Amino acid sequence: MSTTTYHLIGTRPPRHDGADKVTGRALYGADLKLAGTLHGAILRSPHAHARIVSIDTKAASQHPACRAVVTAEDFPETPDRIVDLGEGDTPLSYIRGNMLARRKTLYQGHAVAAVAATSPQAAAEIAALIQVVYEPLPCVLTAPAAMAKGAPLLHGDLRCTEFGQPTTEASNVADHFRQVMGDSEKGFAEADVIVEREFTTSTVHQGYIEPHTATALWNNDGRLLIWCSTQGSFVVRDTVACMLDLPVSRVRVTPMEIGGGFGGKVPVYVEPVAALLSKKSGQPVKITMTRREVLEGSGPTPGSFIRVKIGAKQDGTLVAAQAYLAYEAGAYPGAMVAPAATCVFAAYDIANQTIDGYDVVVNKPSTAPYRAPGATNAAFATETVLDEIAEKLKLDPLALRLKNASKEGTRRADGAKFRRIGCVEVLETMKAHPHYTAPLGEPSHAEAKRGRGVAVGFWMNAGLPSSCTLNVHADGSVGLIEGSTDIGGSRTSIAMMAAEVLGLQADDMRPSVVDTDTIGYTGVTGGSRTTFATGWAAYEAAQDVVKQMKERAAKLWKVDEVHFADGVFSAGEHRLSFKELAARVGEVGAPVVGRASINAKGPGGSFAGAIVDVEVDVETGKTSILRFTCVQDAGKAIHPSYVEGQMQGGSVQGIGWALNEEYFMSPEGRMMNASFLDYRMPTALDVPMIDTAIVEVPNPVHPYGVRGVGEANIVSPPAAIANAIHAATGCRMRHLPMNPPSVLAAIQQC
Amino acid sequence: MPSVYIPALLRSATGGQELVKVPGATVREVVASLEREFPALVGRLVKDGRLLPNLAIGIDGEVSFLGLAEDVGPEQEVQFLTAIKGGRSEALS
Repeated sequence: MSTTTYHLIGTRPPRHDGADKVTGRALYGADLKLAGTLHGAILRSPHAHARIVSIDTKAASQHPACRAVVTAEDFPETPDRIVDLGEGDTPLSYIRGNMLARRKTLYQGHAVAAVAATSPQAAAEIAALIQVVYEPLPCVLTAPAAMAKGAPLLHGDLRCTEFGQPTTEASNVADHFRQVMGDSEKGFAEADVIVEREFTTSTVHQGYIEPHTATALWNNDGRLLIWCSTQGSFVVRDTVACMLDLPVSRVRVTPMEIGGGFGGKVPVYVEPVAALLSKKSGQPVKITMTRREVLEGSGPTPGSFIRVKIGAKQDGTLVAAQAYLAYEAGAYPGAMVAPAATCVFAAYDIANQTIDGYDVVVNKPSTAPYRAPGATNAAFATETVLDEIAEKLKLDPLALRLKNASKEGTRRADGAKFRRIGCVEVLETMKAHPHYTAPLGEPSHAEAKRGRGVAVGFWMNAGLPSSCTLNVHADGSVGLIEGSTDIGGSRTSIAMMAAEVLGLQADDMRPSVVDTDTIGYTGVTGGSRTTFATGWAAYEAAQDVVKQMKERAAKLWKVDEVHFADGVFSAGEHRLSFKELAARVGEVGAPVVGRASINAKGPGGSFAGAIVDVEVDVETGKTSILRFTCVQDAGKAIHPSYVEGQMQGGSVQGIGWALNEEYFMSPEGRMMNASFLDYRMPTALDVPMIDTAIVEVPNPVHPYGVRGVGEANIVSPPAAIANAIHAATGCRMRHLPMNPPSVLAAIQQC
Repeated sequence: MPSVYIPALLRSATGGQELVKVPGATVREVVASLEREFPALVGRLVKDGRLLPNLAIGIDGEVSFLGLAEDVGPEQEVQFLTAIKGGRSEALS
């Protein structure tokens, strides 16, 4: 556990952007108002699957308020190629096809054409004037249906890749991979208890409050300037450059403040379209999605069909595990089933494992990352099966997990071997937490029953490149320039890591998130990487500052060697604090500017667990959360309030996923609940205060031991709640969401 | 020499060996050594100089951003992991 002491790290200073955020002065994407800005609107497909017979834009173009109309034909024709634009390799044609449909629409809400006009109202009116003739086609909405023989095919040219080898089979299955370790059949033969169950989970959305928004200006000098809400300004830059066949140096992207993303603002939707409209009209163009567009036209997280089989010896030793993971990718391949396979049994040291993953296209929006993408679905299956095994073996559910917990040296089925991890420490903290043994209390009424459940989850986290520049000012303050969109207070956490090196306070730092021209390449704010990687870059930049400041001090004092400790430079009798030396740097040299650009390796991975108490109304099926505790390994909590915030946020999103949220689809593939009134997310009235317990098992490769904490916390809540519902009612839940009809049906059947 | 963890589905190409040691200072060199020693692996990891799109490189359990260009130390282990995303279209095959 972490034992190093710091002067600043681990404290809770106010965030640098706090005043602007709470007074409404912070500028978000839609706040930008350039002179002469036009407003864009996107025409979207009413059909889940249709052939585009024709698009007639004549009436729209002739409207007096219309300034530009674009369709897929306006994108430059460039050869297809594999690109990595933030979340893995993807064919360029899929990204382009999702931006504006060509020949076919693959989901209701698929963008077909766009217009720019003098007002948002005129733009909507003009978009409706575009005449599209569709030939509707049959649709498929779930992975099993899309995998069935004779299912309508979304892509005529999609060939299944089987175990890494391309096949000639036209299919909705883009990829079938298998991970094998040991001999599962032999393992199951040795088991005293085997539990095999099937699970389904519905499509859910990240539910960020701020819709996608972008303003593009195709400037007269040929440069394209974009201001937008994104988790990765460099991803937007590279995607726009790819789409429009421009050199990256011609595109500058400025990330505005962001009103949530949770992975959903890694993909790019409106920026290239706004850019094309600006090019055609010669004016800046802003596109802001409506809530309906966000739900129907941006990427939710996959629905899934999962089968998990686990075998255990009488003493609780897990001897074999199998998983069948069929994930809905939406319209284009990329269902995040690979990380699901990585995470499905990651918490446990099981010698014999077989994991099959299927990436399946269906007529729903192309899926996007959502906080530990793929892992929550998988943990729902694994952790409820384990609960059943614990029940059958009459073992404490946490004792069973602890007996089999992964530790340093444990190999996963994907081949990776864990370095130092905190799975055991998280489980031990859960077991020792007062919540775990507290009385449940009496049910609130005669039809209510109470129960407690636990579960644990893993997310591997990401490293990737990050850059940081530090400008030392004469008053001893330091300007920190970085490129990571600040979603959860990362400006301050990153600044604290530099300040720790320099012996300064957080308030001495002036962090800024800047555009793609102003800072070196920085990966997305995703994969729980920002505090880990950009913070590491800030640490290295601060080391560069110290080196230069030592050189200035040596020149000033005419000595060969200068020491730096606790914010003070010294050599013999000479002593100057950081601030005192900063004031005198100009006497002996140029301004001090520290720089670092790193490719951060070894993010470490994080485990998180949930303890939850529920009350189930057995007459209505309604489940209420009475108490919830989240335990997570942060490696080292730089700013504990932000770590707790991530743990609480992930837990609440997990509660929503568990109990309410789903894309309610008609048989024709129409989303029937495309508003926040009908897409039911939890509010403050639905959840108790989420208790948190931070575990600190330092990541050995990071200078401060940091592990990312943004994602692992969403993985275990649905499984923990399912186990709590079982403890209350005796009924096992095998479908998400566990809404009242679903719980009632389970009660009536069990 | 670095170790390479062979995924189960490729072990027929290595005579069933799970962990093999081959020379190389980068992943690209390690793959070249593997292909020399186990010719059945040719085209199963790298094609036309590029890692197959369904694969990612792991070094000691951590996904590498640099892939084939990543440095490998003599005590390190290389893994071939399932890539995130992926998928193919006819235009690319």
